[in-house]
Amino acid sequence: MSATSEAPAGGKHVGQSLRRKEDPRLITGRARYIDDIGVPGMLWASIVRSPEAHARIVSIDTSAARERPGVHAVFTGEDMADLEAPLPMAWVPPGVEVNNPDHWPLARGAVKHVGDPVAVVIGEDRYRVVDAAADVVVEYETLPAITDPEAALHSGPFVHEQLGTNEVHQWTLAGGDMEAGFAEADVIVERRVVNHRTAGAPIEPRGVLADYRAGSLTLWSSTQVPHFLRLFLAILLGMSEERVRVIAPEVGGGFGSKLQVYGEEILAAWCSRKLGLPVKWIETRSENMAVAHQGRDQIAYTKMGAKRDGTITAFHVRIVADFGAYNMLLTPMIPSLGAFVMGGCYKIPAVQTDIVGMFTNKCPTDAIRGAGRPEATHMIEVTLDQLAAELGLDPLEIRRRNFIPKEDFPAEVATGVIYDSGDYDKTLDKLLEHVDVPAFRREQEELSSQGIYRGIGFATYTEICGLAPSRVTGPAGVGVQAGLWESAMVRVHNTGAVTVYTGTSPHGQGHETGFAQIVADQLGVDPSVVEIVHGDTGTGPEGRGTYGSRTLATGGEAVFRATGKIVEKAKAIVAHQLEAAPEDIEVTSEKFAVRGSPEKGLTLAEVAGTAYIGDVPVGMEPGLEEVAFYDPENFVFPFGAHACIVDVDVETGKVKVARYVAVDDCGPAVNPMLIDGQVHGGVAHSIGQALYEQVVYNSDGQLVTGTFVNYALPTAAEIPSFETDRTETPSPVNSLGVKGIGEAGTIAATAAVTNAVIDALRPLGVNYINMPLTSLRVWEAIEEAKGGASA
Amino acid sequence: MIPIEFAYEAPESLEEAIRLLREDGEDAKLLAGGHSLLPMMKLRFAAPTLLIDLRRVAGLHGVQRENGSWRIGALVPHAELEDTPELGVVSRAAGKIADRQVRNRGTIGGSLAHADPSSDLPTVLLTCDGSVAVQGADGQRVVEARDLFRGYMQTAIGPAEILTEVRMPALDGYGFAYEKFTRRAEDWAMAAVCAVVKETDGVCEDVRIGLTAMGAVPLRAKAVEEALRGGPLNADTIASASQLAAEGTTPGGDVNATPDYKRHLARVLCRRALQEAAGVE
Repeated sequence: MSATSEAPAGGKHVGQSLRRKEDPRLITGRARYIDDIGVPGMLWASIVRSPEAHARIVSIDTSAARERPGVHAVFTGEDMADLEAPLPMAWVPPGVEVNNPDHWPLARGAVKHVGDPVAVVIGEDRYRVVDAAADVVVEYETLPAITDPEAALHSGPFVHEQLGTNEVHQWTLAGGDMEAGFAEADVIVERRVVNHRTAGAPIEPRGVLADYRAGSLTLWSSTQVPHFLRLFLAILLGMSEERVRVIAPEVGGGFGSKLQVYGEEILAAWCSRKLGLPVKWIETRSENMAVAHQGRDQIAYTKMGAKRDGTITAFHVRIVADFGAYNMLLTPMIPSLGAFVMGGCYKIPAVQTDIVGMFTNKCPTDAIRGAGRPEATHMIEVTLDQLAAELGLDPLEIRRRNFIPKEDFPAEVATGVIYDSGDYDKTLDKLLEHVDVPAFRREQEELSSQGIYRGIGFATYTEICGLAPSRVTGPAGVGVQAGLWESAMVRVHNTGAVTVYTGTSPHGQGHETGFAQIVADQLGVDPSVVEIVHGDTGTGPEGRGTYGSRTLATGGEAVFRATGKIVEKAKAIVAHQLEAAPEDIEVTSEKFAVRGSPEKGLTLAEVAGTAYIGDVPVGMEPGLEEVAFYDPENFVFPFGAHACIVDVDVETGKVKVARYVAVDDCGPAVNPMLIDGQVHGGVAHSIGQALYEQVVYNSDGQLVTGTFVNYALPTAAEIPSFETDRTETPSPVNSLGVKGIGEAGTIAATAAVTNAVIDALRPLGVNYINMPLTSLRVWEAIEEAKGGASA
Repeated sequence: MIPIEFAYEAPESLEEAIRLLREDGEDAKLLAGGHSLLPMMKLRFAAPTLLIDLRRVAGLHGVQRENGSWRIGALVPHAELEDTPELGVVSRAAGKIADRQVRNRGTIGGSLAHADPSSDLPTVLLTCDGSVAVQGADGQRVVEARDLFRGYMQTAIGPAEILTEVRMPALDGYGFAYEKFTRRAEDWAMAAVCAVVKETDGVCEDVRIGLTAMGAVPLRAKAVEEALRGGPLNADTIASASQLAAEGTTPGGDVNATPDYKRHLARVLCRRALQEAAGVE
């Protein structure tokens, strides 16, 4: 399946495909998800949600619901007037006005999208509260809804009447001389590139259990960001932060949709405090499809100029981004993340992204796996193929001509960011070892004469990952109102067993395995005695969570550094015990030994025993526990080259992915199997978007794709067996040289699939088509091309 | 995803099940595999007050051949049909329903009584001119396929009757095919065509073509059948006859398919099904 092209940089465990430490409990059903957790006296919540896309709430009659047996309370937005603040939106870009109307856990006076919460019923029985919720009578005065973000640009109805506009904000990132770039161009292509709305659709929907007692709140939530959640619980509820503990138990997938501070989390906590009893809410799949934040939904007008030889002179993108009804935690920032890498892996002298964010009467959007960067890569890579066709150039040739050469790294690009590392030719060369393009072209021609339409598409990408560094992402920089460093605490126990507390918060990635491999090598122990603890604000240092392919590059480095402090202290202890110099102590796979005399040394257990007994050098603190906070100097920029081969049944329009090859470079591999898993999942995610998945609202704002019957996640039957490979170009930013891989597949694949379908259909006169490439849309494009040809 | 409160009974005889149905009338629902009913209840589209589970009722299982036709118990799951290739097109179509997990639970009787026009087995029953046995308080009656499907998810089965057995002519010597077009492998048909053909010396002796998801009920493509019956069966005649496949159909549109697209699919799938059934390249 996958081959390592270079020897891994690590030691005995780093670089190995160690089996996941998480898996035994997961595959034997012993893991504890939110719905497995109960507290004595626990009540259940069921939420009354708006069936209207836009309406004024005339009245709410909760009397029938209150009379149901076992119902303790019914609350509406008015009951929650004591909240200290509305739900958070944490992006305040310097110098940019962002319209951010109040957003409350329960609607106050009006609803803005289908599913907007209106009331909550609290009762003793999980099922009966659902019946009681159905008894809450809400009278609505229906208001006109707007669902098309481009129509919303020019006219009402307004989602938030008091604003007098549907525009959220405008934001531009520009570098280089755009006018000169286009003046210099021999050819300019322009396309309207639609990146449609998708759902996060984790296997485990959201859920929360709030237990407020004796002035303290413990809250379990299926979240990617327990520390942010604690902070905002404290702020909104007016509690002192040390009185709030948030625990993310096993989390069954997030894909960005759990990088959020949700109204339901605040609501459960507020209800528990109000009633003095624990309150649990478990989201249904129907709710998840309607109200968990969604992603993408950008319409981009791309314009790329180039000289006759294919040299790109300028790239301009205007994005209309559909944010839905409210700004969530980071909603308006998402398209900006793409803007930083709008030049892709190409040397383009002028790059500009103009973003306008729009309110519509739909579920809010926010980060979904890739968050702005899949959209940007799609815009670049699809437009570039269009340019290549216009110039009569091979799509790979035009890419190679524009690649930033490896000797330019670290490379400052037009958008102002500095790409830390890159060797794009090498990755593409590796891809072409797997894909024989000339042979494919011969086969394609042969098949085409038999009426079989096969196409190949490529995407070469780079992305901006390892979210951090705080000085860039923070209030004075990009405008996130928080530092995005990461933390770790390493505790070596008396016996030499190791517990590592990380501020990152996994939801399927395999942190417990990868981090244990790093620590095991540093300390000369087996990964099986290294436990990774995460997702609990009550046990480890303050952290920031898992998103943006940041875990290894920030959290892993923090673990590495905290463990490094342990190593230094251990060396001093060993040197003291053996009467050697600390600099002569080295870590072997079994012990801390004196260089040149491997028989002389102490195991980690012996070091720890000594440290806790207190037999340490004079002036040294006893114990063996260290903390590190790590804030990198720069982002990291993984990159890769992907190829997709599709067969199109041109009679029906059905697309089948016949082959998918991914070569990615995320630096030295800590665990190649985990990397493959991330690439597989990411590519499947994006094949899903390209061909199957789409959130659809009708013009009245009703959600059409509210179940997995019509929101079509791909299954094993739709996804090919992936071929993956890697190159390893270390990042100079962190000591592990690692970058990030969680989002890479989603970032590259929509463009590779789309370009492949267009490649297959060019003989029929189809030169461009927007996602999702459903059979209907492909068939209509073919019919239209036929009509055009005959006209 | 939580249904409205309901009562549950699992009677051990058909008579008892019918008695329960009569008592609770339209508010009672029969439970077979539950793969259509339970999701509808969880979404609160269906709210029966009583579920009568048929799993303990004897005599609703098994597949037998008798006098040139197949007798299939109402509770036979799709997976058993799939694993009984002697059933010909019934087996072929059953193997294309959803995924194996669904096929292990879903039953032929349930599928026919539910009468979703996007389901496969109603079309197969109609194409093969099969029938169903229906038991009521006053005894058993047989309903022919052409009389069974009355409207969208409506059948000729009375509110206090139970579909007990499916009868399919064996159609020995017929070629057959079931061409199903879906977005994902596990989805309901966007359109599907069932074809059974009997050919003697290059002449089409008999042909029957059924259409799935092309209207409120399963349909027969009569125009195609008439164009082919008694004439030569080859690639050209099949291609030209298949152009008539959408005649008289009234498909609805949805996110996946417009009515025009469905009609186009019916024509393409009809040609492919006939080619396969007739063994014509």
